[in-house]
Order: sequence, then C-alpha cells, then structure tokens
Amino acid sequence: MQVTLKILRFDPAKDARPRWQTFQVEAEPWDRVLDLLHKVKGEQDGTLAFRRSCGHGICGSDAMLINGRNRLACKTLVKDLGSVITVEPIRGLPVEKDLIVDMEPFFAAYRAVKPFLINDEPPPERERLQSPQERERFDPGTKCILCAACTTSCPVFWTNGTYLGPAAIVQAHRFLFDSRDRGKRERFKALASASGVWRCRTAFNCTEACPREIPVTQLIEEVKREILFDRF
Amino acid sequence: MAHRHEVIVVGAGGAGLATALYAAREGADVAVVSKLYPTRSHTGAAQGGIGAALGNVEEDHWEWHMFDTVKGGDYLTDQDAAEVFAKEVIEAVIELEHMGLPFDRLPNGKIAQRRFGGHTKDWGKAPVHRAAHAADRTGHMILQTLYQQCVKHNITFYNEFHVTDVILVDGVARGLVAYELATGELHLFEAKAIVIASGGFGRIYKVTSNAYTLTGDLQAILYRKGLPLEDMEFYQFHPTGLFPLGILLTEGARGEGGILRNALGERFMERYAPTIKDLAPRDLVSRAMYLEVREGRGCGPKKDHVLLDLTHLPPEVIEKKLPDISEFSRIYLGVDPRKEPVPVMPTAHYAMGGIPTTLWGEVIRDEKNTVVPGLYAAGEAACVSLHGANRLGTNSLGDLVVFGRRAGIHAARFAKDQDYLELTEEHLGESRERIERIKNSTGKEKVAQLRAELQQSMMDHASVFRTGELLKKQVEVLKELMDRYQRIAIDDKGDAYNTELVEALELGYLLEVSEALVHSALNRTESRGAHAREDYPERDDQNWLKHTLAYKVGDGKVSFRYKPVVLGRFEPRARTY
Repeated sequence: MQVTLKILRFDPAKDARPRWQTFQVEAEPWDRVLDLLHKVKGEQDGTLAFRRSCGHGICGSDAMLINGRNRLACKTLVKDLGSVITVEPIRGLPVEKDLIVDMEPFFAAYRAVKPFLINDEPPPERERLQSPQERERFDPGTKCILCAACTTSCPVFWTNGTYLGPAAIVQAHRFLFDSRDRGKRERFKALASASGVWRCRTAFNCTEACPREIPVTQLIEEVKREILFDRF
Repeated sequence: MAHRHEVIVVGAGGAGLATALYAAREGADVAVVSKLYPTRSHTGAAQGGIGAALGNVEEDHWEWHMFDTVKGGDYLTDQDAAEVFAKEVIEAVIELEHMGLPFDRLPNGKIAQRRFGGHTKDWGKAPVHRAAHAADRTGHMILQTLYQQCVKHNITFYNEFHVTDVILVDGVARGLVAYELATGELHLFEAKAIVIASGGFGRIYKVTSNAYTLTGDLQAILYRKGLPLEDMEFYQFHPTGLFPLGILLTEGARGEGGILRNALGERFMERYAPTIKDLAPRDLVSRAMYLEVREGRGCGPKKDHVLLDLTHLPPEVIEKKLPDISEFSRIYLGVDPRKEPVPVMPTAHYAMGGIPTTLWGEVIRDEKNTVVPGLYAAGEAACVSLHGANRLGTNSLGDLVVFGRRAGIHAARFAKDQDYLELTEEHLGESRERIERIKNSTGKEKVAQLRAELQQSMMDHASVFRTGELLKKQVEVLKELMDRYQRIAIDDKGDAYNTELVEALELGYLLEVSEALVHSALNRTESRGAHAREDYPERDDQNWLKHTLAYKVGDGKVSFRYKPVVLGRFEPRARTY
C-alpha cells in the first residue's frame, strides 16, 4: 500500500521554524513506522534525522508524536494508523534537528530524584532478602525505559519546564516502595518541592502515552500520598 | 576541543558502565563516551537472566557452571577465564542485588532462578535452575541499575559522541577521537587508560536480534590499525528469533517449559539432544531448526520456520515471567502465545570473537599475549575467551559484569602510575580526512543499498551453515562492496546531527568486521560450536584446538596467527547432550 508520510522537519542551519514535508512510501500493513522512516532516509532523503537503536520497544530512543500521540516508532504499526501518517518530535523539549530533541532537561529531572538505591547499612554476605510481594510492590516502575513519552505528553510540563515530570516521579516511586531503600526523606526534597509532584493535575496523558503500559498517573498519586501521610 | 580523564570507557552498555563504576570506586577520574544516550545500549534488550551458581533453587556449584561453559564453548573456551568467571559471577550477582537490582524472588526472599540452555547439574545430567532473572527484562534491569550507580558516583558522560579513532603512540594507548553528533565537531580525548566496551556487530546480518547501532565500530578501528581480532568465525545465531523479524524471544521461554515443534507437531529436539532436548546449547538448536526446514518439515505456507509452543504453560507463567516476549509476539505478529504457538527461526545474536584480552581485560597484540599498554576491552566487543566456540545463554550478562569489573579495576590502577601525553590537532587528521571524504564524495553509491547487499550476502554465505565454496563467494562479494564503498556519497552535508554520515562510517566498520569473520571462517577447516562447515563436518582437535588471530594486511587480504587454548580441569571430549 501507498502511505503518505508527513514529517515535521527542522534544520537549525537552514530553517527559522519547523516545516512540514510529505513523502510517499510503499509500505506493508505490518511495517513499523520506524521502517518507513528508514525507507525515507535510505531511498529519498538522507538528511532526515531521528534517533533509534534497538527497534523493538526496549531502548526508548525513538519516542515521537505519531498521528498526534506520543509513541515509539518501532512499536507502532502501519495497520493501526491508516494511509496518512504524521510524525513530529515529542513536545516540550528543545528541537535540535527534525525528530531529535535535547534530552538533557529530561535527564536532569531524572537525576534530581536520586534514582539509585540508598541504603548505607552494611550489606549482608548474600542477597538482601525481599519477599515476592515486596518485589511486586514497585514492579511497574521497573519497566520504565526513559523514552520521555510520558513527560513530553504532560500539559504541565509543556507550560512549566521546571516540573520534574512523570518519568522522574516514576523513577522515584520505583525506589520509594522498594523494601531495601532508605532514601525516602532525601527524595522528598525534590518530590515535595514547588517543581515536584504537586504540579501534577492528573490529566492521565502520561498513562495514555506510556509505551510500556505503566500506570503512570497511579504511581504519581501513590507518591503524593506517601508524602502526605509521611510522619516526621 | 580537548578533554582529559584518567580512564575513558567507550560504550555505555553493561560492560562499559560496570567498567566505569569499578574504575571510579578505585578512585580514578572516569568518563564514558557513547554514541547513544545512556540506558539505550543493547544490554537493555537481554531478557532471560544472568547465570550464577547461587544454588537458591537447587544444588549447584561453580565447578558445574565452569564445566557447562567449557563444554558449551566446544572446548575452545579458555579454562582459566571460565574458572575466574564461574567463581566471580556469584559475587557479581550479589553485588548487583546490593546495588538495587530488582531480581525476581523466591518465597523465602532469595533471588529466583530459572533453567537455561546448556546449564546443567552433575556434569551434564539434567538442566539446572541457574539463571537469576528479573521477569524477561534482566538486561534492562542490569543496564538501569548500573547507570543509576554511575549517576550516584557522578561519572562524566559524553552522550552521542561517535568514536572515530583510538590513538596509539609508540604502541601505547593515549587517547581517542570522537565526533559529536549534535555539532559535528571532532573532539580529542586524552586518557591514561582506555577501555573498549562498545558491544557487538550483529548488523552485518539481515536477520538479527541486534540494535541498529551494533556495527562493530571499535573492533574495526583496532583491526585497521593492525591489531588482531580473535575467533571471529564464531558468530552465534539465537534459535528463537521472532520470524521473520529476528526480534529475540528469550531462551527463558524454553527454560520455563516452552517446546519447539515442526510442521508435524513433533518435538524435534528429542532427536538431536535426547538428554536436555529444547534446552540444548544455541548452536545445536539453531542447526536442528535449519535441518528440519531443509528436510521439508518447516511450518507455514512456505515451510520456512518452526514453532515455539508455550500454549501448555499456565497463562500466569507467561504473564508474570515472560511479559515482554508475549507483547512482542502480539504486536509484531498478532500472535497470542497463550493461545497459539509462535513462529521462530534463528537470528544473528552474539559475537563470541572480538578484541583479544587477558583475564584483566588488557588488549593483546599477538599470540604471545603481548599487552598493548593502556588499552582494555570488555563485554561483547572483547574476547577473553570465555565463550569459546559458542556462548551459553545468560553468560553474556555475567561476562560483562565480571570482566567489566576486572577491566575497570585494572585500568584504574594502571592509570595511577601514568602521565598524560599531550596530544595535538594532528591526531584528529585521520578522522577528519575520512569524514571529509564521505561528505565531499561525488560518487553514486548509497549507504542503505550497500548495507542491504552486505546483510543479505552475509546471510546467504556465512550464517548458520558454511561451506568453502560459499565463503569464497562472500570473499569476492566483500571485495566488490569495499570497492563500491570508496564511492559512497551522502545527501546530508550539514554539521548538526548528521546521522547519515554516522551510518556511512558504520557501514565501513561493518565491512571490516565481515572481512575478518569471513576469512577466519574460510580458514578454519573444521566444525566446532557455532562454526559449522558442511565440507568439514567434524571437530578436529588435532589441528584446530587453537584460537584464530586475524590481522588485516590490506587489499582485501587477511593473515592469521594462532594462540593455544588454555586447557586445565576438563579434557576435550565429544560434545553430546
């Protein structure tokens, strides 16, 4: 089938603002959007720039706005989109070229929540024990691939660039509810600050955008409650 | 622009991050240079587990793990490497747990373990629960956990920097040149020690589980500089690639009880490996699958694949222990593995060969183990040789933490006694020239076209089964492709995010590593592990119980030297399962 691919292009050396460009591509229904982008790059216009690595939804490189929704290009199939497909960079991060955005603000928020196990107690000789139920408690957050689809779909993040955003809060959740972690209060500094979880307006965009089906909004709510009911 | 760090690690996958972390813990100033953003390296795609004789589910011993590794490698494994590995991987897994890695748990709170191909108890008698796992995203969890620790230790990252040269001065590693994707600028990195942890090169093949970015960059760069590549003929095909895409479906699926079936519904592995059946090592299973298809028992309208049957497993096992592969199967094929079997065929997966190193990750330049001072390698890019002729499942994740850690510690200690060498703009010259040549070329050859021809021809002539005739044909194909590569031209002449230029550079690396692989395969006239020559079907210990070192001598020619296999505890025996 013939697919019309409309891509929002931007070359900082030539363009004052982004512009739409249309390509006609021959595609199979089970092709990934990533396959179409590769076809355009390989056969029609080598200047098209986008990120990708693993090609099957694990590395998080190719998050983009496809037909108006944040998705991974490698996990989105032509058959689910129809014959006209629009592709734009994810929103709220500075566009550097075509579909490539500056990820640094995103990773700065990630670092702010101290995304590592905090536990200064001397470790035992073998593993720290953890029951399957304790392990299950924080499982959803461990699926996060840091693709930024959730954070860049969040209206609060669009209007307030200092908001930590859903992905960073998910990372915090992953440690807050890990029975081995002792860093709760340290994380609260960022999470309970003016740019923290209270900025969340429960729009559910993040949950809809997550390509790993993480219940992001729910996890944010759980972090809010943890702060609210924390006894100092 | 110039940068200085005591230890510079190339690559931010599991091996690179483990190296960086342990070097930093030794007190070194460490930087990681990666062509990707962190956490996007391919370690994240590893699914099934990390093998270690923890003995949490049943009796296990590091000696059994060592034996399985040596036998799995068809006795080409260096036994000193296997011993160090089998002992230290236990400690490494415990350390990962202490770093916060969310392993699955047993009811008693210990790390859960599952079965995996080629891992046995009691010297091969039956499969054993050895693979510690976190659902079917163990690699993802390892990558995330190691990156988290790097953040904690404030390690410097140069993200999206594509290394174009390793600077050796008087045979000593002194620095790197890297191309910054965002700006197109070339950067000079001065270092006291350099660790190559840049991963594999599965993209030489059309059907592969590997990321688009796995193009053998640093192997090719060192090979061009006259350093050897070891055992390149041994390239592993993983049996269960989602057909026809090649996306990986973990061996853990068979560890949990999945069964391979042909068009007649037969569990055909009973014929090839009567003792451990579907949990035979990958080389055996991959060959068996090809033979079933070749003999007309393939499935589907074209009889070109077999089926992985999970339908007899309790649905909750699939949902809890194999969630990701179920999702792959549903998304990419529309097949629900709880209800119907999944089409699979072998997919190019892992390079057993690579940059030869000592047990401490020091790169060596010859068969006498002469070290290149200051240069280290770890992970899939390296060859210690732990995996020999065929790697057992879960041993790659173990390899990268054990030998990443050793390389990191040794590199940091080495760096302490060194001074920086002042590098000059001159060292950028070769990289600059290469880039300018591609940018200014008026040729007509296209990157995507040449790459596709390379990948298809490698698939046709140098994959699971090889013959002298096919390999000779591929030698000719490679000569022609390398010649055409000289006339490669790109559309993008810009500086910012010129990803087309990077792809053109990567194509060059793919061609070089293919050359080393194909010549090494043609040279080795026996069948061993993943190297199956139909014209030499027997293993020949008399002549070939040795490692290949392939050197580029220019003009499409390769020369060979040989390194003895380190034997010891286990005498080579016939390999049956």
